[in-house]
Amino acid sequence: MFEAIAFYLFAFLTTAMFFIAVTTSQALYALTALAAGMIFISAFFFILGAEFLGAIQIVVYSGAVMALYAFGMMFFDTTREVKEKQGNKYIIVGLSTMAAILIVIIFATPMLTDNITALYPTVGAGNTQEVGMVLFTKYLVPFEVAAVMLLVAMISGIVLAGKKMDLSLTLYSTAEIKDMKKDQDKKVLS
Amino acid sequence: MMEIGLNHYLVLSTILFCIGLVGVMRRKNLLLLFFATEILLNSVNIAFAAISHYYGDLTGQMFAFFVIAIAASEVAVGLGLLIVWHKRHGNIDLDSMSSMRG
Repeated sequence: MFEAIAFYLFAFLTTAMFFIAVTTSQALYALTALAAGMIFISAFFFILGAEFLGAIQIVVYSGAVMALYAFGMMFFDTTREVKEKQGNKYIIVGLSTMAAILIVIIFATPMLTDNITALYPTVGAGNTQEVGMVLFTKYLVPFEVAAVMLLVAMISGIVLAGKKMDLSLTLYSTAEIKDMKKDQDKKVLS
Repeated sequence: MMEIGLNHYLVLSTILFCIGLVGVMRRKNLLLLFFATEILLNSVNIAFAAISHYYGDLTGQMFAFFVIAIAASEVAVGLGLLIVWHKRHGNIDLDSMSSMRG
């Protein structure tokens, strides 16, 4: 009973928020609606008993990703209204066809595969404990690869967004660095 | 109606995925296009978590974790590239990026 109420409430809220995020012409409205939608999605994870995933969803999406987008919006001129693409008929036809096929596949898949057995069945411990046991035994290598990928993404983000990252101070001699500093001081003074 | 099953979550995931797909199709500003891709990834995460719960298998949650990790790194690299593009060209409209058009 309460599960149904919670499901329909959060389903409505999430759909409404994402609809606003997609259709609004103000970038700030889109950002805030998207952040709210992310929080509401974590509610589904809590309903489904995946508490660790819900906490990760709140921390990563509403904390890290939304903060990154907010900082990114300060770089771009997003206060003006966003121009929209004029609708192309072929694109709209292709989009609706894709969506219809997707709906059919998603409805058909659980009916086709009724004899699925769990590969890593849940054993009744807490969700976080189970996740830790599976993540650090069966999925250890993908976990480490994901860690390396996050490191690469962090370094590339810093290098791309930072200033004068293409200059390497270790490749210059001391005299050249002093010359550069003098040039900078002249620019500041003049 | 009152019993929430797997199909409820799959239908919700489909609706959210379609919303994200519409956003990808109609957005011209690249920052808002990124927002739409986040919606796509989140809708898939809901489906993973629901299947993981109803079949008693933790693999779906594992995949959801990796999807979240990939989304985070995608945002970092994508925003860095957007900042570089904005410094050089002054806008982030998708129509201005036609230098590879044959």
